[in-house]
Amino acid sequence: MATTLAATRTPLTIRGLGGAIRLESLIVLVILIVGLSIASPYFLSLSNAFNILLATSVIGILGFASTFVIAAAGIDLSVGSVLGFSAVVSAISVNAIGLPWPFAILSALLAGAFCGAINGLLIARARIPAFIVTLGMLGVARGAALVLTNGQPVYGLPAPIVWLGQGRPLGVPVPAIVFILVALVTHVVLSSTTFGKYALVIGDNEAAARATGIRVDRHRILLYTLSGTLAGLAGLLFAARVNSGDPTAGTSYELTAITAAILGGTNLFGGRASVIGTLIGALIMGVLQNGLNLLAVSSFYQQMAIGAVLVLAVWLDQINRGRARS
Amino acid sequence: MSLLDLVDVRKSFGPVEALRGVTFSVDAGEAVALLGDNGAGKSTLMKTITGIHRLTSGTIRFAGADLAGQGPGEIRARGIEMIYQDLALARQQDVASNIFLGREPTRRVFGISVIDKPRIEREAEAMIQRLGARVPSVRYLVGNLSGGQQQSVAIARALTFSPKLVIMDEPTAALAVREVEHVLDLVRELKRQGIAVILISHRLTDVFAVCDRVVALRQGQVVADEAIAETSMNAVVAHIVGAA
Repeated sequence: MATTLAATRTPLTIRGLGGAIRLESLIVLVILIVGLSIASPYFLSLSNAFNILLATSVIGILGFASTFVIAAAGIDLSVGSVLGFSAVVSAISVNAIGLPWPFAILSALLAGAFCGAINGLLIARARIPAFIVTLGMLGVARGAALVLTNGQPVYGLPAPIVWLGQGRPLGVPVPAIVFILVALVTHVVLSSTTFGKYALVIGDNEAAARATGIRVDRHRILLYTLSGTLAGLAGLLFAARVNSGDPTAGTSYELTAITAAILGGTNLFGGRASVIGTLIGALIMGVLQNGLNLLAVSSFYQQMAIGAVLVLAVWLDQINRGRARS
Repeated sequence: MSLLDLVDVRKSFGPVEALRGVTFSVDAGEAVALLGDNGAGKSTLMKTITGIHRLTSGTIRFAGADLAGQGPGEIRARGIEMIYQDLALARQQDVASNIFLGREPTRRVFGISVIDKPRIEREAEAMIQRLGARVPSVRYLVGNLSGGQQQSVAIARALTFSPKLVIMDEPTAALAVREVEHVLDLVRELKRQGIAVILISHRLTDVFAVCDRVVALRQGQVVADEAIAETSMNAVVAHIVGAA
């Protein structure tokens, strides 16, 4: 009994905010902000805060996608590639094909949803492990993006789309606004709807989910479709910001997305997750990256830092459980 | 006609025939013990009734309706609840969420259908009170409760939606003596209310204490179907092991 108790013991969390948020991650975020404010005179300002939100928006949205999938004890390694594929499809639809600008939005979301639905179908119906399916999609979607563009970015998007990436109404970057809106909506979906609840229950105890009448396979397909659609939205924002559909956009972003979710307290083995937690996790990485930039640290080191943070976050979680067990 | 009628129910997994023509019935307000050695097909049979397994052939009728092709959710909605041996609880969810799992009442807020959490907590609390279960709070995560408390949550889930038939898989296997009495009292109470019970148990004393009838399975077939009043523990054991 003692071991099973320990296995489900929640680490230090703030409950009431609609799920488990790791207190540690909030502390880490605060320490980072305080530390960087001291280390760099440029860090603590409203405009830099907006820069951080802007830089975090794309990986943050991918992080929310990962949160839902990992909540259900799955994994989506393809979000970075699906981002690139969606960015390219979006740019081609309005650039090469010449459709009106709303189709840039529609095609990005549909391209993402399409990839996600294929992931979901292969996982839920063909019963291929999620790790393999989405690793395959990582390759296929990236390859498709390169094939569609011959490896060259598709430059030039309609003005309304460019505004989505570069606009600053009242000084606030549009991607930051989209990011916060997506955070609010996905937070409500995960913490307060049956869709979110069932994702968590499937990740917690799949047999219980089936026994109580939850349609597990259908739900899985929907979860991966959601993940793909959010990756499509992230692709749209990415393309809009750089005013082009770049086939290499989002390379290795899955690493950052998964790290954000895990840092935010999502249980890697399913059953516990929170969007607000992932928001904090993504901000930790956004702040870290911004601070290292301000301190003129090479971006190569940043990638190393992110990888190390992912392993560290999971390790801390294990230590936490080990302590609870003894 | 009985509440539950199984006629020549068969279930195969590939070349393996787990159920080889099972026929028996359960009346309303009747407690039937389903006995059999490990591998006799008890679990498969129950999972076929609850819709987790799809039957290969035969018919299952419940309250006048054919259950063929219906999923676990639809069968629960018709009034068959099962309390699983492993309890089938989500350990990282709280007590109230587990009791309402798969049947969450919702309300609309700004056009979004959200789970009515206050109502779930209120009704879960009332159910726990009615069962006299000692669960500290319906907001506790189920994984932090003791085995007996988890059992109470599983029972509360099965009884909250006025079932007509409750299937219990080894409900007393992991319990202390006093908790066993509690479960047996519960079976008597269900019978009194006209609710049928199928009890799967290895503990023959429990079976003889509360059940009206015994159905024994061996190698996927019914080998005995006897009234408790007309049989004995020795006879039942003989049926189970196939000595008679």
